Amino acid sequence: MKRVIPGFGLSLGLTMSYLSLIVLIPLSTLFIKTASLTWSGFWDIVTAPRVLAAFKVSLGCAAVAALINAVLGLLVAWVLVRYKFPGRRLVDAIVDLPFALPTAVAGIALTTLYSQNGWLGRYLEPMGIKVAFAPLGIIVALTFIGLPFVVRTVQPVLEDLEAEAEEASASLGANRWQTFRRVVFPHLVPPLLTGFAMAFARGIGEYGSVVFISGNMPMKTEIVPLLIVTKLEQFDYAGATALATAALVLSFVLLLVINLLQYWAGHRHRGDVRVIPPSRSDLAVPVESPA
Amino acid sequence: MTAVAETIVTPGQMTRATTEPRWVRWILVAIALGFLLLVVIIPLVLIFQQAFEKGWHVYLAALTESDARSAIKLTLLVAAIAVPLNGVFGLVAAWAVTKFRFRGKNILVTLIDLPIAVSPVISGMIFVLLFGLHGWMGPWLQDHDLKIIFAVPGIVMATTFITFPFVARELIPLMEEQGTEEEEAALVLGASGWQTFRRITLPNIKWGLLYGLILCNARAMGEFGAVSVVSGHIRGATNTIPLQVEILYNEYSFSAAFALATLLAFLAIATLVLKSIIEWKSARVGAGEATSDRTIR
Repeated sequence: MKRVIPGFGLSLGLTMSYLSLIVLIPLSTLFIKTASLTWSGFWDIVTAPRVLAAFKVSLGCAAVAALINAVLGLLVAWVLVRYKFPGRRLVDAIVDLPFALPTAVAGIALTTLYSQNGWLGRYLEPMGIKVAFAPLGIIVALTFIGLPFVVRTVQPVLEDLEAEAEEASASLGANRWQTFRRVVFPHLVPPLLTGFAMAFARGIGEYGSVVFISGNMPMKTEIVPLLIVTKLEQFDYAGATALATAALVLSFVLLLVINLLQYWAGHRHRGDVRVIPPSRSDLAVPVESPA
Repeated sequence: MTAVAETIVTPGQMTRATTEPRWVRWILVAIALGFLLLVVIIPLVLIFQQAFEKGWHVYLAALTESDARSAIKLTLLVAAIAVPLNGVFGLVAAWAVTKFRFRGKNILVTLIDLPIAVSPVISGMIFVLLFGLHGWMGPWLQDHDLKIIFAVPGIVMATTFITFPFVARELIPLMEEQGTEEEEAALVLGASGWQTFRRITLPNIKWGLLYGLILCNARAMGEFGAVSVVSGHIRGATNTIPLQVEILYNEYSFSAAFALATLLAFLAIATLVLKSIIEWKSARVGAGEATSDRTIR
């Protein structure tokens, strides 16, 4: 069959060339460079105590922040979809601010806020809660960065949920909490997991908002991206490459998990829930609608 | 629908079986708003408070100082190259992906999304590995007196890499939804490929395209991690606004740092406002797509 619409060869060819030039060739240098390391050399670099400590800080703080966002992001999405209150549309727009605000700006604002003399720091420090230049500060920064992910994945699912199921549940005698737990919540599990995984993945790679507030103490508050930068500045390309590859493989595994979750979600509730309606694509949320 | 429900059950008289008691609703709203206030709104307000703390004169002086001016110029230059480039190729990629069926399409879409999954620091680092002094092409570039890393070309490349997916990923779901019938009709009626694109496709996707470009621009101007790795932080030469903010902040020139930061904060706010307007416009264009009336009072 002859294609009616023209430009297949041209558009695909241009896309592939541009993609290769801008993304694929540069990215492949990382793997080729890693391949020049021996396996034991690679292993020694990524299992050095300082590196392991950095991975622990990065993964731990990103997980806690993603968890905070899963719980409170679900609440924010629920409130935005289900309730009417003054300023709701404004609040809805504000949720996207962490996507739009450059990370360095968020970083210096949060650091100033939680430092010893800051608006919040001056009350928290006397209470013995140290946020700036401590792991708690990293969690605060990553909570800010990850906020939109859970809200924007849960929100459309909540909007598309049919009222009938809840009505049936209520008329069969379930109370509101039972209806939420047994009828509504199961639909929200896939988008919650997706949002959590995306916030988590973003948190592991995040740099700009964290470097200011973390204090960057090796073994304590040093994150993986910062350690990569440090190694690059010392011209330790082999070390930086090994770390970057390890971090990249980690985020690809997470990406794979996200896609599997969406596949699972698409099949589990086929027909009644769409993960992201195409009409409502949001700022930079890397979600494809399930095939 | 809500109107009908309201005439039967006025809010406050009794609780409908599919909503929560009033006190639960207010507590949930209060917690959600408190969380957003703490995490998003207070930091945003603080940026402006810090910037204007010492008055308008200090603020304006910080913005017109020569290093700041060159940072602003460089940021505009980088965005002026990266955004149109990614706009055109985003459009081309979306055309290829949505108007034709071919094997490996899913892989192509995943590859287009790839830069989003890569940490900004790693995105900058790959260009150092490629073009840096100790990188692959480093010696060759040095022989020919070409400078990419610690110079403007490196900053442009890293920014282009980071912002590559934004236009395409905005257009692909939109064009997927619109299908190919309208284009096919135009072609059958004798329009040329270019006419079809200009008269049929472009008007259909203009809001999505605009939104993608705005997003792409916001990220291009605000990118920190990747640019920080390739820039070398040379004052007045290779500092973009976010890098200049960092330097000023680390030198304890807080007022100046926050003054420059307000430019990026304004950009972020403008991006969100435009986003809301575009969503509203495209919702009106796609009329009949009734918004959810399940909002429970």
